[in-house]
Amino acid sequence: MSIAIYITVMAGVTYAIRMIPFAFFTKKIKSKFLKSFLYYVPYAVLSAMTFPAIFYSTGNTVTAAVGTAAALILAYFDLPLIVVAISASAAAFVTGLIIL
Amino acid sequence: MKKKSDFVNGLISGIPIGLGYLSVSFGFGILASSLGLSVFEAFMISLTNLTSAGQAAGVDIIAAKGTLIEMAAVQFVINIRYALMAISLSQKLSGKFTFRHRLLAAYGITDEIFAVCSAKDGEVTPNYMYGVIIISTLGWTSGTFLGAYAGQLLPSGVTAALGLMLYGMFVAVIIPPARKHKSVLFTVITAAALSVVCKYLIKSLSGGLSVIICAIISAAVAALIFPKEDDEE
Repeated sequence: MSIAIYITVMAGVTYAIRMIPFAFFTKKIKSKFLKSFLYYVPYAVLSAMTFPAIFYSTGNTVTAAVGTAAALILAYFDLPLIVVAISASAAAFVTGLIIL
Repeated sequence: MKKKSDFVNGLISGIPIGLGYLSVSFGFGILASSLGLSVFEAFMISLTNLTSAGQAAGVDIIAAKGTLIEMAAVQFVINIRYALMAISLSQKLSGKFTFRHRLLAAYGITDEIFAVCSAKDGEVTPNYMYGVIIISTLGWTSGTFLGAYAGQLLPSGVTAALGLMLYGMFVAVIIPPARKHKSVLFTVITAAALSVVCKYLIKSLSGGLSVIICAIISAAVAALIFPKEDDEE
């Protein structure tokens, strides 16, 4: 299948989700369950996307595990996103230099 | 002293977003390149989608030759949060926001742009929002371009390690709130555990579908156990 078709579907769905409520919605959501559900969705999505995929992200489970540990520790101390992301990669890279 | 126009104010408010996006989308560019997409394709995905998690999941589906239904469903679930943000932001728009402006500005509703527009004093005008969107999009697309390009030039040891970057960022997004709120911690652990179960026990399930199912179940259970109060953010 052509990649252009995939991109069109991706972009179309993503735009529709933003546009339909933005252009047509004027009332507020009342359902507490729905509001809570929508609040938790981003965290659930990111977590499900990250685990266990992160352990395969470098092509080597050991370097990926070291990078993951670095990310978890730095994120725990609330460091900026970019610091966590780069340090995790650097940890995986250095581990690769040592063991590969 | 002449007052700065709404558009210029928007551009200025958007500078931190643009810089942050530049570095994060570099990781997306690397990821897309490592999955076999061209620099142009990666760039076009970033220009037309302007979202991180959805794009990362999207290129996975492209690489795995998933179906278009799966693509649409995954984008829907991952990005549905934008609908909530759009609803929230729609309450704060100035009278200048005509239907046509809403159609155009809807393109730029992301976590960060939403955060900046929500935090702004007073109403949000179209020009202000366009300013924020333009500088953010510039960072997002140029970072993607550079990352995808670098992905084809850098030694494989470096690109392999950089493959971790986007996931590292996701970790940085979910861990701090998980530390503060046990409801978020519960959501994160449940989703990760379900995702591991799906990966190793239900092998026929594709990655994209697995994300949808795990996310819906864990967010729904979290919403039942920890309903959110209105004043919390």
